[in-house]
Amino acid sequence: MLKFTLKRLASLLLVLIGVSFLVFMLLSLTPGDPVRMMLGESATPEAQEALRKEMGLDDPLLVQYGRYMKNIVVHQDLGTSYSTQRPVLDEIMNVFPNTVQLAVAAMVIAIILGIFLGIISAVKQNSLLDNIVMVLALIGTSAPIFWIGILMILLFSVQLGWLPPSGFGSFEQLIMPAVALGMQSTAVVARMTRSSMLEVIRQDFVKTARAKGQREIVVILKHVFRNALIPIITVVGLQFGTLLGGAMLTEVVFSIPGVGRLMIEAIKQRDFPIVQGSVLFVAACFSLVNLAVDLLYAVVDPKVSKE
Amino acid sequence: MEKQNLLDIKNLSVEYKTEDGIVYAVNELNMEIGHKETLGFVGETGAGKTTTAMTIMGLLPTPPGKVTSGEILFDGRDMLKISDKERRGILGEEISIIFQDPMTSLNPSMKVGDQIVEMIRLHKTISKKDAMEEANKLLEMVGIRRERANDYPHQFSGGMKQRVVIAIALACQPKLIIADEPTTALDVTIQAQVMNLIKGFKETLGTSMILITHDLGIVAEICDKVAIMYAGQVVEYADVESIYMNPCHPYTKGLFNSIPKLDTEEEWLEEIHGLPPEPTERIEGCSFSPRCPNCMKICKHKKPGITYIDEKHYVRCFLYENQEVKTDE
Ligand SMILES: Nc1ncnc2c1ncn2[C@@H]1O[C@H](COP(=O)(O)OP(=O)(O)OP(=O)(O)O)[C@@H](O)[C@H]1O
Ligand code: SF4
Ligand SMILES: [Mg+2]
Repeated sequence: MLKFTLKRLASLLLVLIGVSFLVFMLLSLTPGDPVRMMLGESATPEAQEALRKEMGLDDPLLVQYGRYMKNIVVHQDLGTSYSTQRPVLDEIMNVFPNTVQLAVAAMVIAIILGIFLGIISAVKQNSLLDNIVMVLALIGTSAPIFWIGILMILLFSVQLGWLPPSGFGSFEQLIMPAVALGMQSTAVVARMTRSSMLEVIRQDFVKTARAKGQREIVVILKHVFRNALIPIITVVGLQFGTLLGGAMLTEVVFSIPGVGRLMIEAIKQRDFPIVQGSVLFVAACFSLVNLAVDLLYAVVDPKVSKE
Repeated sequence: MEKQNLLDIKNLSVEYKTEDGIVYAVNELNMEIGHKETLGFVGETGAGKTTTAMTIMGLLPTPPGKVTSGEILFDGRDMLKISDKERRGILGEEISIIFQDPMTSLNPSMKVGDQIVEMIRLHKTISKKDAMEEANKLLEMVGIRRERANDYPHQFSGGMKQRVVIAIALACQPKLIIADEPTTALDVTIQAQVMNLIKGFKETLGTSMILITHDLGIVAEICDKVAIMYAGQVVEYADVESIYMNPCHPYTKGLFNSIPKLDTEEEWLEEIHGLPPEPTERIEGCSFSPRCPNCMKICKHKKPGITYIDEKHYVRCFLYENQEVKTDE
């Protein structure tokens, strides 16, 4: 178990190094000069040159990358924002809780609603209800977040005036973004729950449970659902990563100050340290969640923990 | 005949709706089991044995399965008509089942002890602790150390899993145990051990049993009665002695002839030619007629009814209709 965890941590590190390198190189290829953005078009070439030197931007790319990585490892420093001159980590941590709150809210919706719908449609396989749920799930997985988000704003804010169209902080402000963001994941979780339940439901031990005279609802929850859980945990874990990504889009649609909005603003302003830092940060979150999911298996499946 | 049977199945028909058409799995099946009797239920694969067993327990998957006619009287109650609640009271408490494949018949994420406790606590109001103690005793009874109650099924071998399944089946001392090929999935060396275990309990507890098997040797050893099943029908039903001394139906004769004889070179003395009918087609006349060596003209057009050879021995075959006297000679 410990060995497994360490191995996973090592590969996680490799992934993060790869991500940072890729992002670094990609950003250096993007058009737009941060120095000119910072000083404005009117700055003299000398002033630009001086700033460029000061920031180390005229060193070879690999040297710049090395310096960046060294700062991260030695000083836990992701650099300084070009536009605000504050540490990147501070900027991210400022808004990260909002992103997490949004993603968690969406996740809770996806887990509760997705599992509930999935179980119902597995138990009533091929019924009208099952078909309706599956069609909804198909729509849910294929409709883009920003489209759903905009439709929801039009309906609930503009037309009905029930919910605020933007901002963050109150419960009312959380509802629409969380639902819009959670929609896709709900659909994915529902479909996985259904297929995993159907896989288990035909197995013999379910008949054994029924042959004991056990009530059907207990058979479904205690015997079937428990054994259908592993694939469901996997998608839930993967969805959490996806949700972090989706949260960025949602943040833009609903004007929520989160990592996504921070990143988009930074891209507009060619604030490379922020962009790099956020991508690396999100990648780290994503990988950690996946690791947590793997460790969770051990709790659910006695076979894994004994190995 | 005078005293009431424990289980009485009359004219039972079951079909499955599948993409290839309707599968006629059980066709007008008749059989009965008295108290403390063991019935051997023999037939080729696909004959409908498991379907019959599941229907008795009310666990036939519907859809695709459907009971189209008949009644199943268990201790005077029609299992096809009782409420779900009443059935849940009977299952486990009065009828229990041992499935063919022990690898899959235990819940992989539950400790085996808990799986026995679940059975006990469903039918008895006792504390968790007492139920656990009972479960441990049951494990010891089937030859498993009590400490192993805390292990998960994957930590057991096939034979031991089947012992656990047997412990679950015995937990409430049911009146009837259905054992659906309880040893076919096990190693040959273990088969005999498990069979002896089953035999032992059947005798000490005095339960009735339906033993589904392909093994006529086991039938001779532990059964009181035999039902030979072919294409969803019991074609011959009799006491064990009667059927071994005087097999009547051509299919039964074929079965006995296909038992390997150790003292001859040939492995199969005489096998039954041809294949069982496609379960989706309905054969006009006797369902065994395409393979029957004694097939007559009438067999192709009419279905044979039940003919009693003697009081406890019936056969579905035209060879015996209107001429019981002749075969009794
Ligand atoms: N769930 C099902 N759906 C459709 N057809 C089925 C189903 N279960 C069984 N059948 C069909 O019903 C017929 C009887 O099957 P059953 O399992 O009762 O046979 P069996 O006598 O138990 O055979 P075996 O010795 O192989 O266990 C077979 O033709 C089988 O294909
Ligand atoms: S009824 Fe005819 S075909 Fe059927 S078993 Fe008897 S002799 Fe054979
Ligand atoms: Mg079977």
